[in-house]
Amino acid sequence: MATKPSVNPTPSQIADLTMMTVKPRSLWVDAWYRLIRNKAAVAGMIVIIFFLFVAIFANQLAPHNPLQTNAGKSFLPPAWMEVGPNGRPSDPAFFFGTDNLGRDVLSRTIYGARVSIVVGFLPTIVIVLVGSVVGLLAGYKGGQFDNILMRFTDVIYAFPDLLFFIIVMVTLRETFIGKLLNGLFLLFMALAIVNWVGFARVVRGQVLSLKEKEFIEAARCIGASDARIMFRHLLPNSLGPIIILSALTIPGMIITEAILGYLGLGLTPSTNPNDIFITSWGALMLDGQAAINAQPWLILPPAICVSLMVLAFTFLGDGLRDALDPRLQGTQ
Amino acid sequence: MTSTEVLLQVRDLVKHFPIMRGTLIQRQVGAVRAVDGVSFDVFHGETLGLVGESGCGKSTTGRAILQLYRPTSGSVIFEGVDLVGLKGEDLRKMRRRMQMIFQDPYASLNPRMTVGQIIGEPLIIHGIADRKEAQERAEELLRLVGLNPAYTNRYPHEFSGGQRQRVGVARALALQPAFIVCDEPISALDVSVQAQVVNLLEDLQAQMGLTYLFIAHDLSMVRHISNRIAVMYLGVVVELADRHELYNHPLHPYTQALLSAVPIPDPVIEARRQRIILKGDVPSPINPPSGCRFRTRCPLADTICAEQRPEFREVAPGHWVACHMV
Ligand SMILES: Nc1ncnc2c1ncn2[C@@H]1O[C@H](COP(=O)(O)OP(=O)(O)O)[C@@H](O)[C@H]1O
Ligand code: SF4
Ligand SMILES: [Mg+2]
Repeated sequence: MATKPSVNPTPSQIADLTMMTVKPRSLWVDAWYRLIRNKAAVAGMIVIIFFLFVAIFANQLAPHNPLQTNAGKSFLPPAWMEVGPNGRPSDPAFFFGTDNLGRDVLSRTIYGARVSIVVGFLPTIVIVLVGSVVGLLAGYKGGQFDNILMRFTDVIYAFPDLLFFIIVMVTLRETFIGKLLNGLFLLFMALAIVNWVGFARVVRGQVLSLKEKEFIEAARCIGASDARIMFRHLLPNSLGPIIILSALTIPGMIITEAILGYLGLGLTPSTNPNDIFITSWGALMLDGQAAINAQPWLILPPAICVSLMVLAFTFLGDGLRDALDPRLQGTQ
Repeated sequence: MTSTEVLLQVRDLVKHFPIMRGTLIQRQVGAVRAVDGVSFDVFHGETLGLVGESGCGKSTTGRAILQLYRPTSGSVIFEGVDLVGLKGEDLRKMRRRMQMIFQDPYASLNPRMTVGQIIGEPLIIHGIADRKEAQERAEELLRLVGLNPAYTNRYPHEFSGGQRQRVGVARALALQPAFIVCDEPISALDVSVQAQVVNLLEDLQAQMGLTYLFIAHDLSMVRHISNRIAVMYLGVVVELADRHELYNHPLHPYTQALLSAVPIPDPVIEARRQRIILKGDVPSPINPPSGCRFRTRCPLADTICAEQRPEFREVAPGHWVACHMV
């Protein structure tokens, strides 16, 4: 088809040239640049990557076997104290000291990172998938499905989360499911059940506002199927809130695991050196709180790690929110 | 250029949006009567202007014709096929023949897709082209609408309003439709680019033999692009005529009021122009006035106007009007 010389005079040609010299940028790339300009978010990312690294290479990084008891070396003080309250001198080989059985606190803390990372990520991945699909369907199709979903989420919201976890963990602990992965599997399930509805609701809300937009109407006009509209048009435009919510859900999961571990209801500490999940920060804090006055080095490393991790995800989540804020969409 | 061959026949088109109440058990408590019995023909190759105040049901009419809203009743016969009952694959096939250009160029393009993906998507959906061919077609279409073909890998937010609207036009043209509903395509644009987009639409119409339903909220905008003009008020068409006829001999009191608000370029006539100021506001489409919809604001209203709905009839060849006093 022949192009008629268009009405465009010089100003638009200038605009044209300006545009040609700028590299094309998707909104994702723009958001990424905004994110890495945010110092707190970058610090958060660094901390998270550090713990990720620690969790994956715990075997290599831990100076001792976290399960190995050392007779006569219980309650050793950390390296920077010369003598502990029980009169034993510190041993440079046990940097953070030892616990009541003479196990290395540093090594146990390093192994504890595994549980926190996995508890943070694994259930989140599951609930993002489930919550997004349900939210998409509820928001786009509406009707009875949507109605049932909303009533269901009301019920889950009304029930106190921690009480639910405690009930589940107490009642199902001794069953087959309760013993899978030292109790972590049951914890994942409980966390997922409580949290997926939040995602479904957020996605649903996003879809409800998006589906009135003209580009969805345009998609129907060109003959797009419902599946295509949901996954090619609605989902990519709902990803911002999904990503933000994920980053803000993960610390909640980590804290929940720590609280349950502290209550003795989380991971069952292992004595089998072949287990991947030997102990968790929550379980370490439970060990440490018994001797909190005399041997604070037991509770401080896991407590500080939990706090760092939660702060890191919160900073990252806030950074993501600023970077992906829908009000900034469409601006350059 | 225009013929008398009918491309599209709209008959007694009704679209009511139900108003639902209740949390668990929903029941209908009323309806927004957005379009309430609209009939007109659109001829091959013409531009039919559809004019009326904001909220009078123009967009709903356009969308109901395209089956983006399923009509409550009535028929939409396009190229001999009634679209109202059409579903699934049959409807999808008809979609290739009729497209839409949207009002808001900022909301009508998916912000997460490149311009090339947006323009090529219809071709992929209908299995006309694979990814690579769609990309090439997108480049051709960009050229056709006066944009640089190298823009296919750009995202909508990198463009100005006028450029985005051109992208919207390119997407509408991708399937080579016969009929396009232009829903206020220039209302959201800067005055300086409005003329460019209108010229583009006219050029494309001449090149490709397109038929337009051109929606606008004031008469000055549709004046030079339309062959015929239909005037809508509160869900009904009150007058329809050739544009010269409508401008020179408006018959319906509402059309007369609208025209009196259009400035005339001749200063002598402009000085003598008398504006008819309508009293009151447009009533709610949830509970429209009985009889003639316009009676609450009509300077000529009489008792019959409250009792009987005026028939939409042809008072002169091609000149239709719905008013008891004409
Ligand atoms: N999806 C919808 N649901 C309910 N009411 C609607 C919907 N779309 C439009 N309406 C109502 O229908 C009437 C006509 O709207 P519309 O066709 O958009 O008017 P126009 O395009 O002439 O400005 C308005 O009162 C509007 O509020
Ligand atoms: S029918 Fe009556 S109220 Fe309606 S426009 Fe005519 S004169 Fe006015
Ligand atoms: Mg409109």
